[in-house]
Amino acid sequence: MKVEQISIFIENKSGRLAEVTHVLGTAGVNIRALSLADTSDFGILRLIVDKTDQAKSALKAGGFTVSKTEVVAVEVPDRPLGLYGILEVLDRGKVNVEYMYAFVERCGGNAVIIFRFDNPEEAIRVLTANGVGVLAGERVYSM
Amino acid sequence: MEKAISTMRFYEEQMRIWDPLNECMGREELAMLQFTRLRDTLNRAYRNVPCYQNKFRSLGLVPEDIKGLSDLPLIPFTTKEDLRLNYPYGMFAVPLREVVRIHSSSGTTGKPTVVGYTRHDLNTWSELVARFMTAAGVTEDDIVHIAFGYGLFTGAFGLHYGAERIGASVIPMSSGNTDKQLMIMQDYRSTAVVCTPSYAMTMADRMEKLGIDPASLALKVGLFGAEPWSEEMRREIEQRLGIIATDNYGLSEVMGPGIAGECLHRCGMHIFEDHFIAEIIDPETGEVLPSGATGELVLTSITKEAFPMLRYRTRDITRLDYTPCACGRTHVRMKKTMGRSDDMLIIKGVNVFPTQIEEVLFQVEGCEPHYQLVIEREGTMDTLEVQVEVNEAIFFDEMKKQRAFVDLLEKRLFSALGVGARVKLVEPSSMPRHEGKAKRVIDRRHL
Repeated sequence: MKVEQISIFIENKSGRLAEVTHVLGTAGVNIRALSLADTSDFGILRLIVDKTDQAKSALKAGGFTVSKTEVVAVEVPDRPLGLYGILEVLDRGKVNVEYMYAFVERCGGNAVIIFRFDNPEEAIRVLTANGVGVLAGERVYSM
Repeated sequence: MEKAISTMRFYEEQMRIWDPLNECMGREELAMLQFTRLRDTLNRAYRNVPCYQNKFRSLGLVPEDIKGLSDLPLIPFTTKEDLRLNYPYGMFAVPLREVVRIHSSSGTTGKPTVVGYTRHDLNTWSELVARFMTAAGVTEDDIVHIAFGYGLFTGAFGLHYGAERIGASVIPMSSGNTDKQLMIMQDYRSTAVVCTPSYAMTMADRMEKLGIDPASLALKVGLFGAEPWSEEMRREIEQRLGIIATDNYGLSEVMGPGIAGECLHRCGMHIFEDHFIAEIIDPETGEVLPSGATGELVLTSITKEAFPMLRYRTRDITRLDYTPCACGRTHVRMKKTMGRSDDMLIIKGVNVFPTQIEEVLFQVEGCEPHYQLVIEREGTMDTLEVQVEVNEAIFFDEMKKQRAFVDLLEKRLFSALGVGARVKLVEPSSMPRHEGKAKRVIDRRHL
């Protein structure tokens, strides 16, 4: 039920983000979701792409530092309090969220949000036990 | 039992001494030899090199005033500036027809300095290199892979002739083209490698990338020199290349490699005192410091014919240890150089050497040595920025972990240096890779 995400170290200087997207594009990789965390010096770009391994090797060959992490794609009802309902479930289940970001596409009537948990297995157990939809990797890569 | 015997034999073989008569000479006898040779050198230098003659005359000094080794401090220093002013052949003490080889220093700033060797000098040089190579465990059975650049630089030729003197098989690989270096190392079964420590790390990086297991190579020892490096870096090289890493010392102005080298006890480099007299001075005042003090190494060559050096200021910071070494050699040992007095950074009034920073970086798991120091002045305050290239081992997907890593480095640097440094993580390959000496410092304060 987990989704593979790649993270890239990016120095905070002009053109680097463009370079990443160029490398991915020429490798025939399409970006599905992204988030950028930054400080004044550097940023961490996190991506869900359609072809994770291809993306990783293309970026490495392009001289970037890349790591692969597992995240969870959660279906969130697209209405007021929709996200609250999910976070409340996680809170009650004592699951800690490291970070999260939204997916570009919707899945049926739901928004999709990517969560990074320190304990993804436990998070998935809590979510599914409470009837929250968790999307499989294959599903997400091809959305 | 059989294993114990073979291990014993291994150590006995490794602990060989190339020239026991001279390397293990009693200290009193050595002092007598040094003085005799110093007197000869002084006379020759005074007679044949106008620069020395002028220096002596301006002090109202003649060679006869030097009546013992204790009078050594009376002799004026020779500096790189003297060599520049006498470029190219002004410091030669023999006519050019007697010079059979010409080398020069790396000449990173301005004109290089030209040095010459007579046939006898080349012979001495080979002998001295053979001494430290033997001390590091190299024998006639070894295949010595020389990855120093051949050319005007003394490193490659010095090691080359020394290894041949021992009877080892020499691969004159020269520097550069790391993939080919590794291929030859694999195919020719090189057992000893000669290069700068930073190039050894570059090779280790490349091996990792190509998936070459160090255990699949025949390498057993590395002879590294030409730049200062830390004990941490030694451990890293030993681990990643699966070898014993040894240090040796030399500078082209005085001879090239072969002035000093480590024995397998690795507790300092034996300075071959039957050919060089070593002193430690305060780099600021020029005053000779007592035994055991840290300061600038000053060397006097006492056997060189073509290019004698009287009290040459090496700019290298080290200290001397006269306590007896377990290997049996009686020659004084110099500690690994901490850096150069002209490389020593004074940041907010605190002396900082690049090697100190390197040590801190190496203590962090997975941290590679690709780093650079940038010093700037904001108003009247100096700032030190340590740029560290990120790699997979020190890249964290979570921002708080990445920040914590930077904080950890900054904290450790502060406690090691006594002055604050800002750590900046940069992308891999941001810094130029070096096949020779690494340039670690960018000082923008004087621009």
